[in-house]
Amino acid sequence: MKRFLPYLAVAFFASVPLWLQDQYFLHTLVVTGIFIIAAMSLNLLLGYTGQLSLGHVAFFGIGAYVSALTSLGFSLSIFGVQITHEPWPAVVGVILGTIIAGLCGYLIGKLAFRVRGAYFVIVTISFAEVVRLVSLNWVELTNGPLALPGIPPLTLGFEWTGFATLWGKGQNYYVVLATIVLAYVLIKRIVNSPYGRAMIALRENETLATSVGVSVTKYLVLAAVISGAMAGTAGGLYAHYIQIIDPMVFMFLNTVTMVIMVITGGKGTLAGPLVGGLIFGIAPVILRDYVGPEVQWILYGLLMILIVFVLPEGIVPAVERWFTRKTGNSAAKRSALVLESSKGARS
Amino acid sequence: MSSAAVAAKPILAVEHVAVHFGGLIAISDMNFDVREGELVSLIGPNGAGKTTAFNVITGFLKPTKGRVTFRGESLNGLKPHEVTSLGLVRTFQRTSVFEKISVFENVLIGLHRRTKASLLGTILALPSERRAEAALREEVWEILRLVGIDHQADEMGGSLPYGDQRLLGVALALAANPSALLLDEPVSGMNASETGRFIDLLNKLRANGKTILLVEHDMPMVMGISDRIVVLNYGRIIANGTPSQIQNDPDVIQAYLGQGVKHA
Ligand SMILES: Nc1ncnc2c1ncn2[C@@H]1O[C@H](COP(=O)(O)OP(=O)(O)OP(=O)(O)O)[C@@H](O)[C@H]1O
Ligand SMILES: [Mg+2]
Repeated sequence: MKRFLPYLAVAFFASVPLWLQDQYFLHTLVVTGIFIIAAMSLNLLLGYTGQLSLGHVAFFGIGAYVSALTSLGFSLSIFGVQITHEPWPAVVGVILGTIIAGLCGYLIGKLAFRVRGAYFVIVTISFAEVVRLVSLNWVELTNGPLALPGIPPLTLGFEWTGFATLWGKGQNYYVVLATIVLAYVLIKRIVNSPYGRAMIALRENETLATSVGVSVTKYLVLAAVISGAMAGTAGGLYAHYIQIIDPMVFMFLNTVTMVIMVITGGKGTLAGPLVGGLIFGIAPVILRDYVGPEVQWILYGLLMILIVFVLPEGIVPAVERWFTRKTGNSAAKRSALVLESSKGARS
Repeated sequence: MSSAAVAAKPILAVEHVAVHFGGLIAISDMNFDVREGELVSLIGPNGAGKTTAFNVITGFLKPTKGRVTFRGESLNGLKPHEVTSLGLVRTFQRTSVFEKISVFENVLIGLHRRTKASLLGTILALPSERRAEAALREEVWEILRLVGIDHQADEMGGSLPYGDQRLLGVALALAANPSALLLDEPVSGMNASETGRFIDLLNKLRANGKTILLVEHDMPMVMGISDRIVVLNYGRIIANGTPSQIQNDPDVIQAYLGQGVKHA
């Protein structure tokens, strides 16, 4: 049953645009999906290595800006040298945004992981703030608070197939869904490999992990690179979907949203950010019909506090435990290491 | 003392090491070596500096003075995981296992040094990576059987009885494929029969050519198993010799064995 759950989920979500009438709700799902990708990337750091990045939106925003500028083109002078960039296809923008966000992950990782814990939190917050200020003040490049409008939508295809421009919500929905599936498979393979084991070992007992030969810097930086890059992809998708970005994309609230999605869903689980992301992505739309925005935020906060108090590990581990109790499979105690029970075949 | 050990060259050398914690001198001018295949015990009263010596050797602590060499290479400035990758692996005095991870997966983590997974191969889920992973799992079973905790493979590390947690700690260290193993009070908290089995395990490891440096308060065990004993008191080495030499050393009797510990 559990094996087929991911396939069922994908099949269900793939069918949504076929029957959903409400276009605003479909839009919400696209944006939620993009945030879920960002939350999944945060989960790799927070859930698997145990390092809290409170500036995660920086990678998202960098991905968005790099992708937007690559596809819009720009012209600026640095120290009297004129640099002009002609517009490139949006897809190239997303790829570049991913790479540059990953490089930022590398730099932040190298810088911050020398001293971990609280120091890492502070470095990531500061990093996000610096990037926000740059986006606000480097007007020549980013248009500052006036925003970058007219970002072209994604186009898919090749010379010989012809190009399809993804104007519609439905088309973007499928691109986001496909990206989520890719991100899920990528994270699943990593966390179930020696790489993921090293990250989890560092989270669980760093001294012991180093004593068996795990390099702290190598694996934490690796996690930061993958995490940053993936958040950058999400940012790129966001820019080409919304088609306008401004420095507000860097607001702290966006990081908080990602953290909430991960923690309520269940950090360190594959499905956690998906479940938490769906709840907190869709809740505002449902609440909107009943209460004003201020009350909405209060309810949002209360919902999070409630979930964290009742299910401190998050929803996914709680459901898993409930499920194993129901099926009477008492042997399947949850090991913090591997999520899909992968007991070694006894020889 | 085995004659092979006498002939062998030192592989681990502690050279004039001193460790000061502020005003406290935990170790002053420590000098000893361990030869290939030898089992050397480092003994001394509580607070003598034994664990501190382990911390220096394995890169967890920088010595105030002096240096440690392993196979002729200086370990100064190496991080713990780099020391481990040279084949010098330790266990911890305070029980240290991955508590929320199953026993099997504990050892799987311990095998980190032996995995040669490539990131690309992992992401693409190449068959070669899967085969390597399967082989790794086979190795886990071998280590669990060797140490004698294979029947508890599915238990969480933290839920094992105390003595078995100590064994799991040793299994983790063995998984890292050490040529020299540093054991910090491995049988503390074990009962007599557990200790007996642990001594059997040590003998097996020695037969496989592992070099062992042992810190232990269990005198009968130390006297019975060691090729050589180094005695530490207040951060200074006061004796270095065979078990019978140590037992008859007046300084040692005064400082250590005189504290009510009977001769073995
Ligand atoms: N990190 C530290 N900071 C300050 N003092 C320390 C530190 N580590 C050890 N010490 C002190 O150094 C001395 C040696 O301690 P160490 O743990 O090496 O003793 P030990 O021989 O292992 O003792 P035991 O048999 O009780 O384990 C003690 O006085 C201890 O209090
Ligand atoms: Mg000690």
